[in-house]
Amino acid sequence: MTVGSATAVTAILPVILPLVWAAILALAVFLYVLLGGYDLGLGALFPIAPSDKDRDAMMGSVSPFWDGNETWLVMGGGGLLAAFPLAYAVMLPALYIPVILMLIGLILRGVAFEFRFKSERSRWMWDTAFAGGSLLAALMQGVIIGAFVQGFTVTDNKFSGGAFDWLTLFSMTTAVAVLSGYVLLSAGWLIMKGDEALREWAYGIARYALIAVGIFIAIFSLWTPVLHPEIAARWFTPAHIVMLSPVPLMTAAAIGGLWITLDRRYRYLPFLLAIAIFILCYTGLAVSLFPFIIPPHINIWQAAAAPESQLFMLYGAVPIIPIIIAYTAYSYYVFWDATEHDTYH
Amino acid sequence: MPELDPLLLSRIQFAFTISFHILFPSFTIGLAAWLVVLEALWLKTGKDIYFRIAQHWTKIFAVSFGMGVVSGVVLSYEFGTNWSELSRRGGNVIGPLMAYEVLTAFFLEAGFLGIMLFGAKRVPKWVHFFAACMVAFGTLLSAFWILSANSFMQTPAGYTVDANGILHVADWWQAIINPSFPYRFAHMVAAAYLTTAFIVAGIGAWYILRDRSVAEGRIMLGMALSLLIWLAPLQILLGDMHGLNALKYQPAKIAALEAHWETGKDVPLILFAFPDPKAEMNHFELAVPHLGSLILTHEWDGEIKGLKSFPPEDRPNPIIPFFAFRIMVGIGLIMVAVGVVGAVLWLTGRLYTSRWFLRILTWVSPLGFLAVLAGWFTAEVGRQPWTVYGILRTADAVSPVPGGSVLASLILFVLVYGVVFGAGLYYIAKLVQRGPDQTPVQGEANLSHRPLAASGTP
Repeated sequence: MTVGSATAVTAILPVILPLVWAAILALAVFLYVLLGGYDLGLGALFPIAPSDKDRDAMMGSVSPFWDGNETWLVMGGGGLLAAFPLAYAVMLPALYIPVILMLIGLILRGVAFEFRFKSERSRWMWDTAFAGGSLLAALMQGVIIGAFVQGFTVTDNKFSGGAFDWLTLFSMTTAVAVLSGYVLLSAGWLIMKGDEALREWAYGIARYALIAVGIFIAIFSLWTPVLHPEIAARWFTPAHIVMLSPVPLMTAAAIGGLWITLDRRYRYLPFLLAIAIFILCYTGLAVSLFPFIIPPHINIWQAAAAPESQLFMLYGAVPIIPIIIAYTAYSYYVFWDATEHDTYH
Repeated sequence: MPELDPLLLSRIQFAFTISFHILFPSFTIGLAAWLVVLEALWLKTGKDIYFRIAQHWTKIFAVSFGMGVVSGVVLSYEFGTNWSELSRRGGNVIGPLMAYEVLTAFFLEAGFLGIMLFGAKRVPKWVHFFAACMVAFGTLLSAFWILSANSFMQTPAGYTVDANGILHVADWWQAIINPSFPYRFAHMVAAAYLTTAFIVAGIGAWYILRDRSVAEGRIMLGMALSLLIWLAPLQILLGDMHGLNALKYQPAKIAALEAHWETGKDVPLILFAFPDPKAEMNHFELAVPHLGSLILTHEWDGEIKGLKSFPPEDRPNPIIPFFAFRIMVGIGLIMVAVGVVGAVLWLTGRLYTSRWFLRILTWVSPLGFLAVLAGWFTAEVGRQPWTVYGILRTADAVSPVPGGSVLASLILFVLVYGVVFGAGLYYIAKLVQRGPDQTPVQGEANLSHRPLAASGTP
């Protein structure tokens, strides 16, 4: 390689690397939303499950996976610190209260996996911890997404707003929206994994959740552009309308398709279509916010870690992430029919 | 009402949450490795007793590991919620180290944990053994990366600081394998193995004393003792090397943990004192002349810097490091003594029948945890007033959050951790009490289906 081209590579890295890392983190957060989503949704459905036997089955279906699911959340947080330290440093103080509450929720539901099957008289306590913790974590994740879209007050690269800036009607609504999305995912999960009675119950839950999700998608498609004129400009400029129109059209198709598959009692399609709806909403959000990581102040290039740091991590991430996905897939394969709580050994 | 100080509250909260967390890795690092050895013995000898012991301890491992995971997730976010300026200014260095911990260690553990805990009936024996190896390897990798990040904060190397006060890495090898890292890593891994060995020895002794699961108890005690006999003295040596390294790179920390105020050539070893930072002196001092110099410099009259040789704003408060260090060293000496006595009894064939010694083993069983906590208090409080030694002060590392928020979160953590820890201990105690002799498959199945059986559901 000549000296000239080496310089060109050095010059282009600060442009390319933040894009690559934004993509990797987007994947990590998305995998968390998906995996943590069905996982937390099960907790939220726990109290209204038809029977204690079903509760055992629900928890058993996820106990081999919850730790791995949650690791994507750690990857999201740790990755944000590593790849975009400025964004991490602004966002987490701004979201102090919802993040702490989310963590508390995750602790309570996480230990319930271990404690519930070891308890006898106190089982109600761990049922409550699992349901309450899951519900709290799901709602706080919704609040966090809402507050993130809303934006933060930033002065001199530091959060300069108040402790309750995140608490708005918008973020309260996103909280309920995310919860309904998670419930939809976990209903889809139970349709795949449950016995006949549990499946039948889950089909019913999925319908209600789908109606809620549809309504929330409509609300946010209107509300977000009103909140941010630049988002409105991005979607509704004539040149963009045609290019971006597949996103809302496909979302509508996925919702309609999911309704039909629920009606016809399909086993696997409801979960896959629920995932499709999540992918489309996620894409819509990315289109709205890109390239901002702290909307509307800081973009991914401003927040990026030094190129040498991002490059150093990339050397590891590129070979390791596919391996992680491979052995995660193996683990799902091994425990695919684990709806009974497996005994140790 | 006085203003709530977010700095002090954040320090207390971090100390509380990380102290709680470190108890579990201290235990699971060693336990994961021991489970691998047990499974290997079972595969090699075909004796079911090893499998029964492994099954039993796997359940204890599961509870501890679960608590370690949930308390660890908290820490990965506290770097932002409470220490956002550390993240912003140090993110280029500590960020990638922690990202590598997630990529290499956490996913490895999480990916194979399910198979290790629930997979024995679903996968071939060798896959299960492989899963146990991967989990154990994951715990070590995790320790590697997080101790590297911590060591960088103690003895930073291979970095530059730009005009905005942001750290950049100039040399990754130097930053990762920074001057204190090899010592800290060896000292902590040895501490984790010792902690586990003492727990296993104590519980094994308890089974023998209770005349229940005696065969299993003997194997537990024998295996644990054969580790700690040589590891406890080695740990003292590792600790000494770690201390010499700190003397070179963090002399103020050594002055604080030894409560030395004056710089001198033949410094005494202070056995007990009450350091008084205001008066810059010790009360109630009990000291052995020359011994301080000898231990720290390995010379009769080696020079040691006292706290007064550092400007007051660069000194750690010696009270916590001084006492914590003494607790740690005291426990280390007890561990060596237990190892020596155990070795003598074993060689003379009286190990399993000396009830007084078995009783002592049950009493000292949890001491490893206390030593780990004391050691970390020494290292972390001794690093003050710096978060990244010599570069970023703790006062400048804190997040712009109001004290009220931090107080509220601290109270929540104390309450929730109290309940979770209490319950975790209770369930582990129940598992220990049930013992390994009961066939675990049946036991577990009975337990999880009891409510259904009671309600008459088939």
